[in-house]
Amino acid sequence: MQTATQHPDIEALLEKVTDPEIPVLSIMDMGVVRSIEKQEEGLLVKITPTYSGCPAMDTIAMEIKATLEQAGYPTTVKLILAPAWTTDWITPRGRARLEEYGIAAPLEANADKLALMDGVRIVPCTRCGSTNTKMISQFGSTACKALFQCEDCLEPFDYFKCLK
Amino acid sequence: MKDQLYQYLLMLGDNAMILGHRLSELCGHGPSLETDIALTNISLDLFGQVRNYFQYAAEVKGETNDEVTEDSIAFMRYPHEYRNTLLVEQPNKDFAFIITRQFFFDAYHLPLLEALMQSKDEQIAAIAHKSIKEVKYHLRFSSEWVKRLGDGTAESHNRMQTAVDYLYPYIGELVQETPIEKEMKEQGIGADLSLVRSKYYEKVKTVLQEATLSTPQFFGFHDGGKKGVHSEHHSHILSTLQYMQRTYPNMEW
Repeated sequence: MQTATQHPDIEALLEKVTDPEIPVLSIMDMGVVRSIEKQEEGLLVKITPTYSGCPAMDTIAMEIKATLEQAGYPTTVKLILAPAWTTDWITPRGRARLEEYGIAAPLEANADKLALMDGVRIVPCTRCGSTNTKMISQFGSTACKALFQCEDCLEPFDYFKCLK
Repeated sequence: MKDQLYQYLLMLGDNAMILGHRLSELCGHGPSLETDIALTNISLDLFGQVRNYFQYAAEVKGETNDEVTEDSIAFMRYPHEYRNTLLVEQPNKDFAFIITRQFFFDAYHLPLLEALMQSKDEQIAAIAHKSIKEVKYHLRFSSEWVKRLGDGTAESHNRMQTAVDYLYPYIGELVQETPIEKEMKEQGIGADLSLVRSKYYEKVKTVLQEATLSTPQFFGFHDGGKKGVHSEHHSHILSTLQYMQRTYPNMEW
């Protein structure tokens, strides 16, 4: 999967644009920026939504345009659907930031199914690290998350669902 | 040809839009906080998918009519111009009814998207690839609830059986091929509903069996929605859905 790497200056600026619903996560760490192209008339930034109905996408597109234009780059943002986003595109740093923020990072597809469907206790609590956790709801505060609770320290926390 | 593609996109989008609206009516009214959030999350996914279909439909139509936008498609059509099936416009009754309607749709939606992933139309294939990831979660959710309630208490079982008996006669329309769907299939753009049908009925049968619910012996079915002939519920949905755009044309957030 190609990610944007040819334009370090632009990427540095985009590091400042965050997901409004998960403010610790930059859109670069999220893997939603699919390409950056320098064209005669300015920059073309292609982004892809995490979930079809993600209400953050419009805000993210506006923020990208505003951030880059403030830095002197006329910008067009285009939303693309293929290839479809997967949680595999969240960077290792992004995963670490999610955990620090209190959202458990997505497990591999098989483990995810066990945790969400069969009630297997494998999602580690973001507060104490215990895997003695139970699913409260398959759907959480946003489309991308499920709600869990730790049975040891009793902390309720979000789990970022695997999407492949 | 372009018009048939446009009509086909409406068929795909309208089911998701009308069901998405039905689910949105439950916001703040779900039987528990978790199911409330789940059903409205599913609604949000469906509306996201609708936007993708309608944006594409507006592009297709835009070649001959530049006044068509995703919003005008969603909000400014008349009832007979909507192509959704009768199943999804059925009103919310109890939770058993809501879950059964959802299951009957999800179990069809998944094999439909599997077929559309192979579409020769790149944009339809892209939307299907995107949507199917979400719809897998929807089907897991609704089929688990069908089993839990069907195989639950006497009360929940009876309510589920009542819902299944009421809604079953509506599922045939989902997989009944209309001339537009036939044309799209022949061009390699649309799904082959005969293949979707066999997977669909198999899934419905398996889940109902696991839920200890009996499958109604019913050989005819209600139809009309795909041709624009809707039940009375449909206009009531539109009166809520279209109110703002009809009152303040072209308003934006």
